[in-house]
Amino acid sequence: MFRYILRRLLQMVLAFFGTTLIVYALMFAGQGDPIQALAGERPVTAAQRAYLTEKYHLDATGVGGFFYRYFDYVKSLLQGDLGQSLTGRQIGDILQAAWPVTLKLALIALAVAIIFGVSAGVVAGIRRASIFDNSTLVLTLLVLGIPTIVLAPLAQYFLGVKWQLFPPTAGSQPTFYALLLPGIVLGSLSLATALRLTRTSVAENLRADYVRTARSKGLVKRRIVTVHVLRNSLIPVVTFLGVELGNLMSGAIITEGVFNIPGVGFNLFRGIRTEDGPLVVGIVSVLVVVYLVSNLVVDVLYAVLDPRIRYE
Amino acid sequence: MRVRRLAAWTALPLAVTLGLAACGSGGDGGSGGSGNSAVSIQIGEPKHLVPTNTTETAGAQVLTGLFSPLVDYDAQNKPYEVAAQSITSSDNKVWTIKLKDGFTFHNGQKVTSEDYINAWNYGAYAPNGQDSNYFFEKIAGYPDLQGKEPKAKEMTGLKKVDDLTFTVTLAEPYIDFRTMLGYTAFYPMPEAAFSAPGVLKDSYEQAPIGQGPFKMKGTWQHDSKIDVERYDAYPGEKAKVQNIEFRIYQQLTAAYADVLADNLDVLPTIPSESLSTAPTDLGDRYQTSPMSSFQFLAFPTFDKDYANPDVRKAISMAIDRDEITKSVFKGSQQSARSFVSPVLPGYRENTAGKAGEFNPTEAKKLYQAAGGPKKIVISYNGDGGHKDWVDATVNQLKANLGVDAVGVAEPKFADLLTKVEKKTPVGAFRMGWVMDYPTMEDYLGPLYSTNGSSNYYGYSNPEFDKLVKEGSAAKTQDEAIAKYQQAEDILAKDMPVIPLRFGENVFGHSSKVKNVQMDLFQRVNLVKIEAAS
Repeated sequence: MFRYILRRLLQMVLAFFGTTLIVYALMFAGQGDPIQALAGERPVTAAQRAYLTEKYHLDATGVGGFFYRYFDYVKSLLQGDLGQSLTGRQIGDILQAAWPVTLKLALIALAVAIIFGVSAGVVAGIRRASIFDNSTLVLTLLVLGIPTIVLAPLAQYFLGVKWQLFPPTAGSQPTFYALLLPGIVLGSLSLATALRLTRTSVAENLRADYVRTARSKGLVKRRIVTVHVLRNSLIPVVTFLGVELGNLMSGAIITEGVFNIPGVGFNLFRGIRTEDGPLVVGIVSVLVVVYLVSNLVVDVLYAVLDPRIRYE
Repeated sequence: MRVRRLAAWTALPLAVTLGLAACGSGGDGGSGGSGNSAVSIQIGEPKHLVPTNTTETAGAQVLTGLFSPLVDYDAQNKPYEVAAQSITSSDNKVWTIKLKDGFTFHNGQKVTSEDYINAWNYGAYAPNGQDSNYFFEKIAGYPDLQGKEPKAKEMTGLKKVDDLTFTVTLAEPYIDFRTMLGYTAFYPMPEAAFSAPGVLKDSYEQAPIGQGPFKMKGTWQHDSKIDVERYDAYPGEKAKVQNIEFRIYQQLTAAYADVLADNLDVLPTIPSESLSTAPTDLGDRYQTSPMSSFQFLAFPTFDKDYANPDVRKAISMAIDRDEITKSVFKGSQQSARSFVSPVLPGYRENTAGKAGEFNPTEAKKLYQAAGGPKKIVISYNGDGGHKDWVDATVNQLKANLGVDAVGVAEPKFADLLTKVEKKTPVGAFRMGWVMDYPTMEDYLGPLYSTNGSSNYYGYSNPEFDKLVKEGSAAKTQDEAIAKYQQAEDILAKDMPVIPLRFGENVFGHSSKVKNVQMDLFQRVNLVKIEAAS
């Protein structure tokens, strides 16, 4: 097991540099005129242009320029310096402010998905073809059908503005309560998927041989469900939720925008809009690490859930 | 049995959530306006908070609280002195600026003429990379501070006379210099801002020290908020509220939801999605006021299709501006038929003359006679909410001129400009302009002069340039305006661009504040705003 984890960690280093190279190349190739993009519609003076060009080596173009800038970036990255965004702020500072709030939001969303999705999925799996099963099917289809870009403003308008049950926006240092509504909105999609996955898996395992054996041994149904069925049904769900944690963090651009949460999604959006290469690469690098780590955790969890799986 | 188990399964998560929600609402202090009742105003994340480096609205809004300008503008948009006692000149070339006594910086230090001179030299020195660098170009000695390794660090045109007096010598006479001094770039910066002469402290921007009605409370919390409190030693008009929170939003729609829920006090710009519902949502808390923005269609000179002025006039006559301002903008913008904004002294209505009037039959005749292109292209930036009106315009052109017309979106304004610079045929393209200070010259110079900073379409008419130059060198305001107006008449003849719309401030506020006023620069008047009792 220890060797396995070590090997995975070494692979991670390679994967990390590979992805930063690709992302850096994409940002480099897609770059038009970042100085004008930063200025918006205002004219840029020659002095300002010369100043920024020199400061960020924007005149280094072509393949040679790319590698020059990439290695420059990696060199400071290895020294723990993520560089400066085009507005002159330290990217490390930006990330430091953005990550905690996004992480909180993602964890709430994940908790919503687990608590409601998995438990409702188990019930629906046990009571197949019941009213509960059918109504959750309709509801999940509905949720999966509505994109966040519609769901988020609707939830904000009705729950936040009309009935004032939740604050309409969260801000940068939100309370748990203020994050609850965005968390539910963000988690609703994963909730629906988790519910469907759990339901299918539970329904399938209920017909398995070992369940019949357990029943014929005279075990109580509750014990069969919680100990035998649930544990075996969770493998696909854990796979899904592990990857979903990464998705929830990077994919919160819309939710963070609607509820005014200055997290990772917001900064990523701003970075792309203003062609701020260093900022985008910095955020994506950290996201890559999140994905890699959560994947590793999922793989290790397999072994815990199913003793038949062994890593050498 | 069945029912009970089902109930148990649903009750468990419900109980957990309720429990979590309860401890959440118990422990918080409210994310919104609760607490010390600061008035909250929406802004975007400012790019910079150094006076000489701030050119966008968000930063300028914060700086109007922290600093007091030399001049401000009255109801007729004419300048009057605020931090200055007098600004005089006999020849419009050498200006003597006398400061009012009694102004102090927020650190207690007295404001002297040196604080102005140091700040302006810092802004003009090219290696400092300040956004407002070009505002100092009229001052004598400015060219010596440009380039990679400038010859000088100080402009020869700035001379200290005594602690409260200094003179500014311009390279050439400029009648509107006094008006220009109301701009953000001309605020003073205290000694405490510099770590050595000409070197600004990095930390200054995080908590700028000014001499205005409000001082910083803590530092700039990026992407979150900027708190300011009333500066009681301010000698000018005192603010009515004790605290102001500039709350940073990334999206106007989020801020709009907060205003509706009384969670945010002032939203200076109502998002376009909500324009149709805002008057009913907000009632008398929905307001409009004049603003200086000007939207127009430009034609690159390298595009031969539109080289004939009659083609441009015909296109202009085929656009029903009133219909578009009504149906697309819900009356939040006004039709434009002149080349400068109506807020300016010297503005005249309908300077575009017949070319500004909607006349489809005449337009079609003129278009065919002038041999306009078979297909008209209008390029715009797709990130600025321009699609609706461009589509409407394109449809009008199709119907009224009997030609094919199409709107083409570029991702960003920068992409559009890159294409224009590379002389890629983009057809006509949209442009906008917001003035820096209220003079006609601030439109005529940058937009239509041969070397204008925003003249991306390459319009050049020596006679026009000459008139603008004569106007700015005139002896009196009336004489200057007469020259500017003559220059504008040339534009009506050449029609280098098609004026479309003039903007307005469309803003809303919560029920917790009153007397919300906005100026021509889209900034909330921080001194006048009051808490509603």
